[in-house]
Amino acid sequence: MSAGPAVRVRRAVDGVRWYLKEVTGESRWEAYLARCERDGVDPMTRRDYERHRIDLREHNPQSRCC
Amino acid sequence: MSTTTDASPQPAHPTGPPRRPGVRSVLVWGAVALVGAVCWAVLALSRGEDVSALWMLFAALSSYAIAYRFYSRFIARRVLEVDDTRATPAERLDNGVDFEVTDRRVLFGHHFAAIAGAGPLVGPVLAAQMGYLPGTIWIIVGVILAGAVQDMVVLFFSVRRDGKSLGQMVREEIGVVGGIAALIAVFAIMIIILAVLALVVVNALAESPWGVFSIGLTIPIALFMGFYLRCLRPGRVLEVTAIGVVLLLLAIVAGGWIDGSALADDLTLSKETLTLCLVAYGFIASVLPVWMLLTPRDYLSTFMKVGVIVLLAVGLVIAAPTIQADAVTSFATDGDGPVFAGKVFPFVFITIACGALSGFHALIASGTTPKLLAKESQVRMIGYGGMLMESFVAISALIAAVVIDQGLYYSMNAPAGATGGTVESAAEFVANLGFTITPDQLAAAAAAVEEESLISRTGGAPTLAFGLSQVFSEAFGGGLQAFWYHFAIMFEALFILTAVDAGTRVGRFMLQDTVGNVWKRFGDTSWTVGTWIASAVVVGAWGSMLYVGVTDPLGGINQLFPLFGIANQLLAAIALTLCVTLLIKHDKLRWAWVPGIPLAWDLVVTMTASWQKVFSDNPAIGYFAQADRYREARDAGEVLAPAADAGQMDQVVFNSTLNGVLQAAFALLVIVIVANAVVIWVRAARAGGLPTTEVPHTPSRIVAPADFFATAEEKEAMRAWEESHGAEPVGGRR
Repeated sequence: MSAGPAVRVRRAVDGVRWYLKEVTGESRWEAYLARCERDGVDPMTRRDYERHRIDLREHNPQSRCC
Repeated sequence: MSTTTDASPQPAHPTGPPRRPGVRSVLVWGAVALVGAVCWAVLALSRGEDVSALWMLFAALSSYAIAYRFYSRFIARRVLEVDDTRATPAERLDNGVDFEVTDRRVLFGHHFAAIAGAGPLVGPVLAAQMGYLPGTIWIIVGVILAGAVQDMVVLFFSVRRDGKSLGQMVREEIGVVGGIAALIAVFAIMIIILAVLALVVVNALAESPWGVFSIGLTIPIALFMGFYLRCLRPGRVLEVTAIGVVLLLLAIVAGGWIDGSALADDLTLSKETLTLCLVAYGFIASVLPVWMLLTPRDYLSTFMKVGVIVLLAVGLVIAAPTIQADAVTSFATDGDGPVFAGKVFPFVFITIACGALSGFHALIASGTTPKLLAKESQVRMIGYGGMLMESFVAISALIAAVVIDQGLYYSMNAPAGATGGTVESAAEFVANLGFTITPDQLAAAAAAVEEESLISRTGGAPTLAFGLSQVFSEAFGGGLQAFWYHFAIMFEALFILTAVDAGTRVGRFMLQDTVGNVWKRFGDTSWTVGTWIASAVVVGAWGSMLYVGVTDPLGGINQLFPLFGIANQLLAAIALTLCVTLLIKHDKLRWAWVPGIPLAWDLVVTMTASWQKVFSDNPAIGYFAQADRYREARDAGEVLAPAADAGQMDQVVFNSTLNGVLQAAFALLVIVIVANAVVIWVRAARAGGLPTTEVPHTPSRIVAPADFFATAEEKEAMRAWEESHGAEPVGGRR
């Protein structure tokens, strides 16, 4: 696979963006939309979706280490 | 890059037949080994000449590379026999909430964020008292043979048990007695850890208006981010984090303006006041909804943490500072160091704690992470690899502490009772230790970072911040040392506070869960009264330990840090005991040495340290000897320095007795667990294995690479899989 430097830089930037969105959970919304579309379900609004997601964390605390 | 499908046949798995290594591989690994050997030789053989800190850095990196490539692979294939045809809990129980197949690189980020904290930054700084060599050796050898092994093996066994927690596994695999002891030990150790971490923050912020202002501002910043995500633009985490980081940097800069203004006096808080603030904060943060404070703060601190680590690695390479400390100091052999008492064995191991082996990680490796793992083979990269990265942080922190002027190091880290608190008395004190620094130089160092004073700023955080500020301003120029110092203080305080938030909440849930067994209603975590009571109990417990540390006339850090370190290492002993037990129960007695050697070493270290802390007749080391000495003096009507009056004499007696009792209790709990386990070992070894709670094999339908970089075969397998089944990628990208 030989690619020009511009393409490589672009790929790297895309990769970092993808990583950050995945790590922060931001891409979950897009995955949810895709899933709804595939299943033919009407998605809830983003506000409701994010609220639901964060409320799940309420009862599932994650420890932070020393 | 994992792909899901409905068909069941298995594609290529990384556990193929052994191949002969290629010429290129031999050359590359030969070169890495050579670099490592040269670095180690320079570190070990240099005496009295200038040694660059880069030798430490590259000794670490090459050792990690070799350990990862060879030892962790050996553990994965031969010892654990990871099996990628088995579906992981994430695949079988996927519910989109706590069980979910996650891209391995994303999970690595989550796991690292959860295990990394202030411990590996603070411990090595204190351990620098012994010289740079003991710390370097233990951080590197310890992580390779103990810490990373523990994280990886616990993660593996938890994955095979649907992500069960450490406590649950001890109860089911070792016994009820061991299980109850483990439950109490985990809870108590968590309280000690929170108290000591909070003590580090208090010591860093006391009498520092700049620090108090900047850290204080993180609360409104986090609240703003919380409301932004909740109400203004839900879900835009990257955007709000970017805004938060900018606001955070502004808060640090603004702290500099406050420093010279009329507000400075109002923000110059005593340690006692800060303790009350922290306790109140901890309670409120634990009962508030997570979206308000905890979640946004977590985003901020994770980004800051990773940012600083990257910056530090780059800064060290550019600045290439020279080591100022001796290879091994006289304190290592005589045990009379001012930072903490005791000889290099066992106390250097206790003090470094998390950077080489951390029992706390076993709680993460048996909590969230196993429920998200796509493939068993990934335990190597997540468990072993994640801990290597943590160890790298510890090495960097050690470097920051050994490249600053050692006269300054001891002036900052000896308790106020020893240094006298002024630049003149501190200069005299370090001269007695054999270092030269003038009062003017001490004053100039404080002025360079725009702090009132750097004398007896114990706890490790200020020293690390000074070291970082020196490295950064050397590497990046611009005369910004004061900014960098407060930047470093901010970043440490920020993620200690995140740990305090999260730890209090986890402690609260543990308490509610445990009490809920006898009083059902209390176990309901949405019952407000129960929540408030449980939060108050947890905050009260660590808050009172914190108060004990803050007001201790002998200096809280040198009194409490050993307790913290031993507690953490004892938790590791519990985790390693579980690992040995499970290997023997699985009829893998011949591999039991893999967690067995670190367990034996850890027990020798912690039991020696506990023994000395409890039974030593040297009042500088033994808690009870210390209490006796002060009690006798008090009864004779005397006042012993550094106590200033009879009240402080009483305080020393009380604190030392309390610490001694806690120390003894922890050690006893661990002895109970190990004794319980030995019974099982003998039984299992005689029977040639015993049944365990391992879940049965279910075929996996997912294809995912094992390591950071997918091999050509793995890429090909993924591609073929996606094409032949038209499957959509899950948690990955094409």
